[in-house]
Amino acid sequence: MLNFLTYFVNGISLGSIYAIIALGYTMVYGIAKMLNFAHGDVIMIGSYIIYTSMVTWGLDPLLSIVIAAAGCTVLGIVTEKVAYKPLRGAASSLAVLITAIGVSYLLQNLALLIFTANPKSFSSVVSWDGISLAGGELKIQGVTIITIITSLIVLLALQTFIKKTKQGQAMVAVSEDKGAAALMGINVNKTISLTFAIGSGLAAIAGALLCSAYPNLTPYTGAMPGIKAFVAAVLGGIGSIPGAMIGGLLLGIIESLSKRYISTQLSDAIVFSILIIVLLVRPTGLLGKKVQEKV
Amino acid sequence: MKKRVLSAMLAASMAVSVLAGCATGTAPAAQGEAASGSSGGEAFKIGGIGPTTGAAAIYGSDVRDAMQIAVDEINADGGINGYQIEYKFEDDEHNAEKAVNAYNTLKDWGMQMLIGTVTSAPCIAVSEKTKEDNMFQLTPSGTAVNCVQYDNAFRLCFSDPNQGSASADYIAGNDSLKGSKIAIIYDSSIEYSTGIHDSFVARASELSLDVVSDTSFTTDSNTDFTVQLQSSKDAGADLLFLPIYYQEASLILQQADSMGYAPVFFGVDGMDGILGVENFDTSLAEGVYLLTPFSATAQDELTVNFVKKFKEMTGHIPNQFGADAYDAVYAVKAVCEAQNVAPSQSVSDICEAMKKGMTEIELGNVLTSPTSITWTAEGEPNKDPRAVIIKNSEYVLAE
Repeated sequence: MLNFLTYFVNGISLGSIYAIIALGYTMVYGIAKMLNFAHGDVIMIGSYIIYTSMVTWGLDPLLSIVIAAAGCTVLGIVTEKVAYKPLRGAASSLAVLITAIGVSYLLQNLALLIFTANPKSFSSVVSWDGISLAGGELKIQGVTIITIITSLIVLLALQTFIKKTKQGQAMVAVSEDKGAAALMGINVNKTISLTFAIGSGLAAIAGALLCSAYPNLTPYTGAMPGIKAFVAAVLGGIGSIPGAMIGGLLLGIIESLSKRYISTQLSDAIVFSILIIVLLVRPTGLLGKKVQEKV
Repeated sequence: MKKRVLSAMLAASMAVSVLAGCATGTAPAAQGEAASGSSGGEAFKIGGIGPTTGAAAIYGSDVRDAMQIAVDEINADGGINGYQIEYKFEDDEHNAEKAVNAYNTLKDWGMQMLIGTVTSAPCIAVSEKTKEDNMFQLTPSGTAVNCVQYDNAFRLCFSDPNQGSASADYIAGNDSLKGSKIAIIYDSSIEYSTGIHDSFVARASELSLDVVSDTSFTTDSNTDFTVQLQSSKDAGADLLFLPIYYQEASLILQQADSMGYAPVFFGVDGMDGILGVENFDTSLAEGVYLLTPFSATAQDELTVNFVKKFKEMTGHIPNQFGADAYDAVYAVKAVCEAQNVAPSQSVSDICEAMKKGMTEIELGNVLTSPTSITWTAEGEPNKDPRAVIIKNSEYVLAE
């Protein structure tokens, strides 16, 4: 039983990372209706900013995260303005999707150029060791607990922001009907830019936690967690903010337990078959809204 | 008018690029000639191929420079059977097609024996050509099994499977390690790691070593190792065999440390470089074993001398590839002397003599084995690996 619990806790710590990345994915999808495949790479850039300010400049971890969040926000707004906005409306959603993949490769190669392919060992931003249960047999790492708490705070803050503020309500309006929102006097472009700014700022926080848990930073660090988080967002219901949280945790637990009890070689296959099964059986995910097609 | 300006600019830029082409084309040739030493009369023409630009450049350039050191030493010492060596090295950018082009260039130059190529995929491509021409080929560092599939090709380094069985032999023969319960974590998505893993498992069962846990990961999921480590810990393993590259190994060391699991870590040549990861807490690597053919910190006269010359020439410490190449040149020398080969013989005759000679010699006093090297007719070397242990953040030869 204790044995099972250990793997379960490992799953939660992996899942909490997926959850916080999935929050960024789902937020942008829910409002701008586009899959930002470059999200994982924004996380990577954020991690490099934190690494540079913490290790090279010797700044305080919290201050480094603030700098990274600011940097990522600027990066998010700039990519949105340069790469996505000109395609909005005119081109099909496929064009935007492919552009996002292009931005993803662009960021990876820029990072390769600037930071080289040599891996860098990240120093954890969390200095707390965590708690030991059952006489030290069951250890929950500090970074896991901090990640879960952070995801919950982010979740609540986003929900409050969307439900209670004018800007948040504007986002909901834009996500439901861009044309009608514009007629009501909402600045659609500004609202979408704001969405990207928030999503990218979240990416910096996700980067700090991802690299604290798995402290090996390369230009490809964000790619795979980004894609797994996308699966988590789909599992929870893409566009739904609580869904991203639940999807992320579930995915982490499934991955960890299938590695232990089925096969280490098959665990990725299992994770991605979940994506296929969800899309076949319940395309809207666990908490997704059912959209009625009007004929 | 605008058009004319444009065409003038185009013409100018073309002229510049042609000139640039000349410059890059002639530079290596000039180097080669300068390197070839005095060739009064006949001389052996030995060619080398490897990546000196591109992502794998570090391997090829170390091979090029180490071969140059060996050739200079031999020429200064009177050459092979009284004949000097002419030496020329061509870049292949770690690309199979370019390696074949480089081979053709060297053949036009009059190459009689090839020491190369440095990396596996180009080596396999070139071995098809050397087989056709019956040209003797000795690769310093092509580890893939197929690099030496033909009888004219030999290798100086261990093959991938060899490293696995050598590791098992070392563990079985070491007093403090042999009773260990062994866990393995390997990368199932690359040939290098699976090759070593499979041969290690096979050899371990022959030696009745106690393998209690065997788990894997893929290059796509190479960040979270907690489950693999937990399985190893639950199985009671006190030795963890890691036939993987150092990037993943550095994460495994960190994650094992944070879960309070401290087995003996045992790696192979891919572990070489773990101390170079930026900002890595090297105290985590204390006591890590790795099986590698060459240690630049070894204190024997040959190694000290080689490392000193190499550092003077290039400014950095040679890696294992350089050491392999240095030994390869001396292997060619030894066989030529034993078989009385002369540069006036045809390429094919030299190859036949070398093939016979390689299986007969025992090459002593080398960098990449503590004892000596012999070769099988299949082209594989028999040599003892060196085990290195990390102490005070340095690689030290293990007892």
